[in-house]
This record gives sequence, C-alpha cells and structure tokens, in this order.
Amino acid sequence: MATHSITVTVNGGKEYLDVPSSMTLLEMLRGKLALTGVKNGCSAGECGACTVLMNGEPVNSCMVLAVEADGAEIVTVEGLAHDNRLTPLQEAFVEHNAVQCGFCTPGVLISAHALLERNPDPSEQEIRQALVGNLCRCTGYLRIIEAVQAAAERGGA
Amino acid sequence: MNEFTSNPVGKSVPRVAAYDKVTGAATFIDDMQFGPGLYYGRLVRSPHAHALVKKVDASKALELPGVKAVVTGQDVQARIGLYLIDRPVFATDRVRVVGDPVAGVIATSEEIAEEAAQLVVVEYEELPAVFDPVEAARPDAPLLHPDLGEYQVANFIFPEPGTNISEHFKLRKGDVEPAWAGCAAIVEDTFRLPQIQHVPIEPHAAVALWEQTGQVTLWTSSQSPFAQRDLIAQSLDIPHGNLRVISPYVGGGFGGKAGVSMEVYAVAMARAVKGHPVKLRLTREEEFIGTTVRQSLVAHTKIGCDAEGNLLAMETEYYFGGGAYNDYGVNIARAAGYSCTGPYDIPNVKGDSYCVYTNQPIGSAMRGFGMPEIHWGIEQIIDQLADRIGMDAAEFRRRNCVKTGQTILTGMKMTPIDLVACIDKVTQAIGWDDDRRGAARPRPRPSAPHKKRGKGIAIMWKAPAMPPNPGSSAIVRFNEDATVNVEIGAQELGQGAFTVMAQIAAQALGVPYEWVRISAPVDTRYSPYEWQTVASRITWTTGNAVKAAAEDARGQILEIVAEHWDEDVSDLDIKNGKVVSYKSEREQPLQNMVIYGLPNEDFEGWKGGPIVGHGKFMPTYVTNLDFETGQGARAVVHYTVGAQAVDLEVDTETGQIEILKIASAYDVGKAINPDLVLTQIEGGAVHGMSSAFEALRFDEQGRPLNPSLVDYRIATSVDAPGEIHGDIVETPLEDGPWGARGVGEHVMVQTAPAIANAINDAIGIRFNDLPLSAEKVFMALQKREGKK
Repeated sequence: MATHSITVTVNGGKEYLDVPSSMTLLEMLRGKLALTGVKNGCSAGECGACTVLMNGEPVNSCMVLAVEADGAEIVTVEGLAHDNRLTPLQEAFVEHNAVQCGFCTPGVLISAHALLERNPDPSEQEIRQALVGNLCRCTGYLRIIEAVQAAAERGGA
Repeated sequence: MNEFTSNPVGKSVPRVAAYDKVTGAATFIDDMQFGPGLYYGRLVRSPHAHALVKKVDASKALELPGVKAVVTGQDVQARIGLYLIDRPVFATDRVRVVGDPVAGVIATSEEIAEEAAQLVVVEYEELPAVFDPVEAARPDAPLLHPDLGEYQVANFIFPEPGTNISEHFKLRKGDVEPAWAGCAAIVEDTFRLPQIQHVPIEPHAAVALWEQTGQVTLWTSSQSPFAQRDLIAQSLDIPHGNLRVISPYVGGGFGGKAGVSMEVYAVAMARAVKGHPVKLRLTREEEFIGTTVRQSLVAHTKIGCDAEGNLLAMETEYYFGGGAYNDYGVNIARAAGYSCTGPYDIPNVKGDSYCVYTNQPIGSAMRGFGMPEIHWGIEQIIDQLADRIGMDAAEFRRRNCVKTGQTILTGMKMTPIDLVACIDKVTQAIGWDDDRRGAARPRPRPSAPHKKRGKGIAIMWKAPAMPPNPGSSAIVRFNEDATVNVEIGAQELGQGAFTVMAQIAAQALGVPYEWVRISAPVDTRYSPYEWQTVASRITWTTGNAVKAAAEDARGQILEIVAEHWDEDVSDLDIKNGKVVSYKSEREQPLQNMVIYGLPNEDFEGWKGGPIVGHGKFMPTYVTNLDFETGQGARAVVHYTVGAQAVDLEVDTETGQIEILKIASAYDVGKAINPDLVLTQIEGGAVHGMSSAFEALRFDEQGRPLNPSLVDYRIATSVDAPGEIHGDIVETPLEDGPWGARGVGEHVMVQTAPAIANAINDAIGIRFNDLPLSAEKVFMALQKREGKK
C-alpha cells in the first residue's frame, strides 16, 4: 500500500508523518500521535466522538483521510487546555456536571468550542443544532447545553 | 488542596475524574497501549438465525500471511453463563442467532484479521427459526436448546427442558377469579416491546494475555470485573487466582457491559497465541448484534378495580423474548415476576413470567432490568381504569400505590419509601391540577392550531435484582500526608460511583473530601471483591462497605490517640483531618501519625502503625420464594420508587411528538450527592424518552436491518426535552449508608408509559406496541379520521 509523507500541525506543533493511503485522520491521531483523547465510537461518521478541529472547522476525523490533512491545522481535545488551565468551556463542563462516562465529552467539547469561536452568543437552539452530531447516552444533553451557555456568558470557548 | 469540603455527605461536591474527562486524559480500554507484540482478533459470525454447523474449514484463512491462529468450537469446548450456563463460547454443533460466533481469527493487524475471517469456510444446515416469544413458548416451536435439562442452573431459576422456556416464575396471591365479580372496571390488553440496544458511545473492547506460566490477564471495559473473572475462570478452567481482570473507565454501560458478553472470546483466542496480548474490538454493527440487548416482551395483562377506585385483582402473563442465550435474562423474567404488579397494592394477583429462547440477539441486563418492559402496559391500564371510574389518574395512583410497611405481593413488608410524595412533586412540577377536566383554569394552549397538547403521569418501582447474597468489600489506606486511598471493586460508569464512595469515606473518617482518592482502575489482583456494578446497588452496598472500612480505620486511629493522651475513645472524634478531644480539647493532626504512629512519653517506644481499614457488606436476609406461589419472607433487599409526568405536543399534520417537559421525583433515601442524583434523573429521562422510539428490526430470516447509528436512532441534542425537572425525596432506608439507596436505573423505567399517557391525553389514542414513531401516530390519526 502506498504511503504518503505529510506535514500537519497538531495542537500547535508541526508533525512530519508517513501515512498509508487508507489511514483515516482518526487512526493517525490515535495510532501515530497517541492522542487517545480523540475517541472512536463508530468509525462511520455517526456518533461524533472523534470530532476534531480541522482548519477551525469541526470534522469527524474517522471520515477524513490522513493525507487530506496534509498542510492542515488540527486541534484535538488535548489541545484545548494550556499550562494546566482549563478553557472556560472545560471549566463549565466540570461545574455543571455535563460529564458522566466521558466518552463523548472530547468530541462534544470540540463541537462546542467551534460553535463559540464562530458565534460567541449562541441561542439554545443554535447550541442544540451545533451538537446534533455528537451522541451522548448518559447526560440527556441539558447539562451540556447549560455548560455551553455558561462558557458563552464567561466570554467564550 | 486549596478548598476543603468537610462532612461531604449530602453535598454536591465536584465529580471525581471530571478534569481527566474534559482534557482527554481519562484512559478507556481502547486507549491502552500494548506494544508491538499485540495481535488482533476478529470473530467469524453466523449468517443464519438457526442452523446446524456441519464443518468449519480454516485452512485458507491460516494461509494468509499475518494470521497466527484460528480458534473454533472444536478447540474451545466450553459453555459460559451467569444464572444458567447455556452459552457455548464458540458454536460447536449449532448457531442460534445471526452473529453467533463460530470461530475467532488472530492476526498481526485488524485488517488481516478481518480479511482472514472472511476466508473461514463454514458449512451450515439451516433450521427453522422462531422470533416471537409467545410462538417460541408453544410446544411445537423449533427447539433452540435440546440440552436445556443438562445445563447448570442457579437454584432459584426454573427452566422447562423440552421447551424454549428458560425460566417460569409464578406469583399467586389471594384468589383472582372471584375478585373480578366485584370489579366496577376491568381493563385487559396486550402490549408488545421490541428488542432495543444499550448504545453506549464506547464500543466493547477487550485485550487478553495468556502467559506461558498460566497467568492470564484480561483488560476490559466492564461493569463486572469480578463476575467476569469468576465466569471465565470456570468456563475456561483457569484458577481464579491466575486470572486477573483490569478495567479502566467504562464509556457507558447501562447493563450492556455487565456479566460476560464478548470478553471471553479475547481470552479464548489469547490461549492460542500464548505470550501475545490479543485485542478484540467490536465494530458498531457488532455492538447491535454481537453483544446483548434489552429483551423483547409480550404482556397480556388484566387489572380491575371497584367503583371507589380500589384495585382488586390483576392477572398477567409476561413472555420475554430472551434471544439465543438466556444466561442472564432468566433473572429478568424472575424479577418481572416477583414485581409483576408494578408499584401497586393489589389483593389478588396471578402472575406468570416466562423467559423464552428466540433466534435473536442475546437478551440481557439493561437499565431497568424488566421494569421498563412491564410498566409500559401496567401504567397504561392504570390510566384507563382511572378514566373508566371517573377518577383523576394521579389520585388513583396515590390511592393504590405501595406504602411503607404494607405486605406486598410476595409476602414481604414494603421497605420505607414515600411514593405519594413523589406523585405530589411531579404533579406540582408539571401543573397537573391546572388543567384536568372540570378544573377551573383552562388547559394550556398548544403552540399551533394543528398541534394537540397533553400531559401524562406514570409511577414505578424496582428492586435490585440479583442473587440473595452479592457481596461488596472495601479497603481504606492512609498515606503520610493523611490523604486516603480507597480501594473498591465497584466501577465508575459515569453514574458517579467513585465520587459517592469518596464522599462516604471522607464523611466516615472525618477528613475533607479532597483528601480521598479512589484507587483506579479496578484490578481484581488488588481491588477488594465486588459482585458487579449493576442493579443500582453500589451506593447502597459498596457504600456500606466503604463506610465500614472507614469506621474501622477511624477506630484504629482513635485507639492510638486515646492511649497516647490517656483518654477514653468515647471522648475523641476526628474532625477535618484532626483527632480532637471533647474532654481535654487537645488536637492531633492525622499527618504522619497514620503511618508512623505516635511516640510514648520520652520516646520510650512507639504505638500504632500504618492505618489500613477494611469493611464488607452482604445482605443476609433475602429468602427463597416458593416455586408455586412466589411467596416468601423477603423477596428482595428493598425497592426504590418514583414518579414521572410528561407534558408534550402532538403535531396532527405529521404525527411528530415533541416532549416539552419531563418532571421526575424519586425516593433515594438519602442523596449522598444531590446534583449527581439530578444528573441521573435528567439523563435517565432522556434515555427513557429515547427508548420509546427505539427498536432493533429484523427481516424474516432474522437478519438485522438497522445495526448502525443512522438506522437505529438514539435521542440527540435536538430531541431532548426543553425542560427536565427533578425532585429528590428522602425516606431513609434502614440499612443504607445514611439511609441511601440506588436510583441509576429507576430514572428511565416509566418514561415511555408516561409519554403514552400524555399522547392519549392529547389525541385520545392509545398505543400498545413500542416503538412509537411519527408515522405510527400519523397513521392512527388518519385511521380515526377515516372512520368518522
């Protein structure tokens, strides 16, 4: 199988990687870079657990080939907090108990982060729409919506 | 440790591990690294619902480079099961469901394993299959388990060899036949529920390593590390002490990761390639067909009451579609049998609850364990009875619901609860009395002319369904700085068990919550025994064990200090991490002394030593029930009860149902962490709502039609109700820690019938069969219009 040399910026750092043609961005992040905060829930673009930012837009990383990320900027859940300081969004998720089992949480955080970056004052309906691709079986979503609203009030993602 | 929370029981302290979970640092099974020696497993699954296995030929698969071994039923002649050992690890002579594992392929990569699995040639001889539990229970139905009479079975489960009935529970109280004559209203109907799936967002995965020495390690996402150790050790003939099960955080369980489902395959495959860990990770499609599901149910139920609204008699038959193997499911039918009335005091009851083999995915534990299934019909009939005699549905429930101290259907005394208070809370929260027929205030208007608005109520009960004597144990260890490590075998599934156990330990020790660490992951080599994290039992049973362990440690500390100060232990206490004397007002910080002890006067020797407390809890009072009547002194440990009310709109042009609000109230005895209780209430309400619209669908050959998250939809952020109101009622349980009992499963039990009752309130149409759908509602509206 053919491999490709790609350059990709992940959480602010440049990575030079050789990736097979068929490797997904999800497999690359988890397998080559050990960014296991990015979760694999379905490998089919149906659950949103693998959501990452690609050039600022949330994507299901299981539906993107690694070669397509050549030259792109990727942000995963590991790239949100800096120097042991949680982002306002992460803080709000903790305070509002918007986390239960935590498996969907990384993808939800990325989708919510992207929403607040493009719309710092979203309505409840806009939050619900932004998270529709992120399935959560534990929380019932309302705490997640509350947490996103709280982060917005605190000044953003 | 900047902030200290003293006396944390009853306080909504922050959740353990929340930081790890929002930063991506929390480790789940699929995140663990096993190095370049790791092999990958893939299961070869049956394409037929019922067939004889004539021949398995793995020669082509073994020729593929990278394939290390293929394991079949010839290599692993073993059965496994919790209450009824009916499941072959790999099919030997027959397959009983589409997806039944026939062989396991082990290779150096997932891709090669998948390719090789397709090269294993299996010859089948198809057999007639049966899918409906009532049909399957008939004497002439195709038989799934001709050897049923030879299977090992727990002494409280009663299979009927020669049939597909794996359990028959009989409940007989009073005499129903003469009671019908005294009824002013009788409602009799049939209700059907399909199989549904847990859909944890984390798929099942397991890694096993079988070393040359005979030491076996299994890493798994599990609610039941100890039960898995026990069942796999027995099945594969491994000494318990040689089998180590390690289970990191669980990414959603809901019963689907209870007992053993796919984990035994990883172990059986690892035996073929000793020294190499073997990883088996299920695809989302396999999640639907190759793990376990909630059983289907056909319920024939008849209930009657007198003109004053007193329930007089109930007769019911429950046929649970248990799927191909009922090793766990038999106890669901039993639980549905001994709780068959729902939360009602009915003097005359005849109940028969059957678990029946069908050629479908394996029915097993799912949040509610039989209770959502039976409440679906009961709670709709109760509404109809109230309507027939002209009584308000909430008032009818207040009158008839179980109350503390009553002798319930099995003959046991009802443990302390206040279900009337739960009904009061939800009716208030939903505005129930504002808009009943004849009420002064008008009903709230729907949001558009083509929409109809309605409210519904439903109540529930559920007892932990388990063997009579499942145990828990805990160890509390101090560190030099007086931080505490608490070891438990109970698992964190997202329900908050670790947080609650840390609160209980801190409270019982007298140290701040922030000083307590729960030792994770659960590891059967180091963690003390726990039966399983199921049955909403952990707060109660493990809570008792942790409290006992903490009290043991506390007692050891107080004895040392009392001797040191020459005071009575009874004058001492531990407050905020210091021993204090109420008599002399002296203080002794716990730091260091909990490891090094305290010196005698002038350092003439020392007293004390490292403090390790241990505790256990096991209910000792549950009795057997009579086989013919289901009667006995104590059927269960206790019941948790609750009420829900729903406010919704039905769009008469599309059939769409929009849930505006769900109000829930549960009697948890004591909320150790009130906000965590509320998060269970909220998440459960949405899970319950979602379950009313879910169904696994099969074609006529039993092949699954919707094993994906696109075709099997679960509730999303746009489906969740606008509002979920939660209320906590606290009637202490006699043997719960600070009176606490569980609530994790109860929160979704009666949501579906509450929705059905609200739909009936809105449009005057009842739906006896799940799933609900916009199409079904629309067609029912059309049908009614056509009749006019």
